Amino acid sequence: MTTTAPVVQVRDLQKSYGGVEAVRGVSFSIAAGETFALLGPNGAGKSTTIEILEGYRDRSGGEVSVLGIDPHRGGLDWKARLGIVLQTSGESGNATVTELLRHFAGFYPHPRDVDEVIDAAGLREKAKTRVGKLSGGQRRRVDVALGIIGRPELLFLDEPTTGFDPEARHQFWSLIRGLKAEGTTILLTTHYLDEAAQLGDRAGIIAGGQLIDIGSLDKLGGADARVPVVRWRDGNGLVREERTSRPAQVVAELVRSLNGAEPADLEVIRPSLEDVYLSLVRGHEAMPAGSGAAASTNEGRSDPSRRIYKDVRA
Amino acid sequence: MSATVLVARPQNKAPSTLVLGLSRIGYETRLYFRSPDTLLFTFFFPFIMLGIFTAAFSSSGNIGANPDGTGGVSVGAYYLPGMLAAGMLLSGVQNLAVDIAGEKSDGTLKRLGGTPLSPLSYFLGKIGQVFVTAILQAGLLLLVARLVLDIALPTEPEKWATFAWVFVFGVITSAFLGIALSAAPRSGRSATAVVAPVVLVLQFISGVYLQFTTLPEWMQNLASIFPLKWMAQGMRSVFLPESFAAAEQSASWDLPWVAGALGIWLVLGLVLSRVTFRWIRRDA
Repeated sequence: MTTTAPVVQVRDLQKSYGGVEAVRGVSFSIAAGETFALLGPNGAGKSTTIEILEGYRDRSGGEVSVLGIDPHRGGLDWKARLGIVLQTSGESGNATVTELLRHFAGFYPHPRDVDEVIDAAGLREKAKTRVGKLSGGQRRRVDVALGIIGRPELLFLDEPTTGFDPEARHQFWSLIRGLKAEGTTILLTTHYLDEAAQLGDRAGIIAGGQLIDIGSLDKLGGADARVPVVRWRDGNGLVREERTSRPAQVVAELVRSLNGAEPADLEVIRPSLEDVYLSLVRGHEAMPAGSGAAASTNEGRSDPSRRIYKDVRA
Repeated sequence: MSATVLVARPQNKAPSTLVLGLSRIGYETRLYFRSPDTLLFTFFFPFIMLGIFTAAFSSSGNIGANPDGTGGVSVGAYYLPGMLAAGMLLSGVQNLAVDIAGEKSDGTLKRLGGTPLSPLSYFLGKIGQVFVTAILQAGLLLLVARLVLDIALPTEPEKWATFAWVFVFGVITSAFLGIALSAAPRSGRSATAVVAPVVLVLQFISGVYLQFTTLPEWMQNLASIFPLKWMAQGMRSVFLPESFAAAEQSASWDLPWVAGALGIWLVLGLVLSRVTFRWIRRDA
């Protein structure tokens, strides 16, 4: 089973509900062992895409292969190789955390040890508590624990850390890093860009049902989007900015021009992933879909007849 | 399972549908007894109704008594078969219809649908849970009837054989109808509102709360379309004296008809369950 074929392969995926096109020609692939983050605003088509890959939804067009199988035809053996953490929790309020995990572990051919998963998910103190009595964040940990109990080859995480406090989020990240180290392939959607940066090897940004950029997280948006800005306050109290790929040189010249004096409020700002992301998404919303930069990395599938994207809830 | 020890790297086979079904029965039954709503409206409901009827009508004397007041059976004894039938219906139809509709809307089914659990194992778990809880309910009902209400229970083995097949047949039929009916409510919250009236009306027209033999003929005919009437009639044949058969619609217990009606509803429930059940509500 040592294949180099991608674990997930999506080609020109389309999905429409009634007359609304929720996903309009998305293509990407995820290699074995890779963590791929799918980013995008609410209603952009992230969850629709992920649910098609999970086998929950049928697609309207395009080709999809997950672990070498079309999710539409995925049987129980195929499901046994997946771990799914849905965006919304499933209730099993009257079962305790341990009971629920032990029960689910029984579904899989080689599950993880229940106690190990409880510890890894940070649920030790709540192991004997009924799920219905847990807080939202704790319940989310149960969702994650249920997603990994079957020792999945491919793990889907749809906004997994919603409702987590910062400490829980860091705990979750180390749990995911452990899974990555074991070779688990992960598809993650998140609204937290620091989370994507922490965990993701590559990311794709979806807006308006289209993939507007894809690449490794430090390359998203291209070099232009990452040009640093030198900012300072000049002698008249005005804020000055200069975009430059050589910020040290700009600062050195600035100091020289001030005869060695310290420039007031000097900053060198490198656009964060969040800045890059926001500029990409806003850029996409501002321009007619299919033209210009949109879908530039997406095998050039441009359709000039497409209307300006309006936020549509999937 | 012991075979895996011999293999260097355990490549466990996927758990079988049957094993998972049995595991589901245990899990489902445990959760059943942790749900206060289900306990009150499904498990103990027939006890409550039997208690109320006994308390309310006992002073008016035995049912089916001779003009001189002798003979007949006590009110409790008369209502016991109806309550047993109601228990079968509640344990299957009401319990599962509300339960599964709730699981559909709270995400439980969607989550299960993403696991390698076979829908067949899921159904085994539900039907098994209905079976286990219905047996406990009927056993307890008979115990209360005998010990608390001092109702004489039949001693003939043939009567208990009839009880067994009517019970098994009726419970399985109810379970399938419950699964089928769970598709009707649009949300878990509205499930009780949709299911309870159906079950309640059936109980009134099928001779659970009202003496079937005193109902107008059109109502008797209407009730004959539905399975509860036949479950109640089968149970009356077990627990009421032979003389009561004369009051039935065709002046006999009509056990072959009971079997036939339950059989038709069983097949119908099975087909409807198969056709309507989905792990998730399908999108367009």
